[in-house]
Amino acid sequence: MSNVAEINTPQPNPGVDPNTMSIIVTKGSLDWAYPPFILSTTAAAMGLDVTMFFTFYGLPLLMKDMSLQVSSLGNTAMKMPMMGMHMGMPNIVSAIPGVDAMASKMMKNLIKKKGVASIPELRELAVEADVRLIACQMTLDLFEYSKDDMIEGVEIGGAATYIEVATKSHINLFI
Amino acid sequence: MADQVLDAKGLNCPLPILKAKKALKSLEGGNTLEVHSTDPGSVADFAAFCRTTGNELVEQNEENGVWTYLIRKA
Repeated sequence: MSNVAEINTPQPNPGVDPNTMSIIVTKGSLDWAYPPFILSTTAAAMGLDVTMFFTFYGLPLLMKDMSLQVSSLGNTAMKMPMMGMHMGMPNIVSAIPGVDAMASKMMKNLIKKKGVASIPELRELAVEADVRLIACQMTLDLFEYSKDDMIEGVEIGGAATYIEVATKSHINLFI
Repeated sequence: MADQVLDAKGLNCPLPILKAKKALKSLEGGNTLEVHSTDPGSVADFAAFCRTTGNELVEQNEENGVWTYLIRKA
């Protein structure tokens, strides 16, 4: 009979290369675009084979024209450094037309000022590092996009395509 | 003296690592890369990067908020 220590010891899946990672990308706002691209480019730099599967609101991150925005609406944790303090935005203000655009502009300025990479820059680095980019066919159909709207080198696939990748990946993330 | 020097000052995570990886790509095995970074997070990150990739972190030091890493390519 196995003891608890044995049960709790993580065992590598037989036949799965430990240097493999997949990420399901489901969000496409300016802030949420960061975690998947930071992790994919860094993993690739550390020698991992990385696949990203873009579905639903993650799909716009593959478009040639990205106009990413951030919204403070319903985002109680979003506090921007302003005038020596951290300021949040009440929902009633966030809902006013133009406030999202203003918040996005502020965020982009902050990103630049702090030496944080832009999303187009990180995406380019991902492409350069041979990160495999798969666009969800169903999402393309649903929101009426075509392959021509997307950058070069994007593959098209569905759930089965992703699951096959996931069975061969040591790390599988959903963002 | 390092074979190549990379100035990553002012860049934030993960750019110092990504630029270091790019620079290492152009080096021969056994040659060294010196990276300058102002990102405090780079201390843990360069250690992890080197452990995972097998490149050797020969030395590191900090002076006036600038970290210097000497990496030997595997």
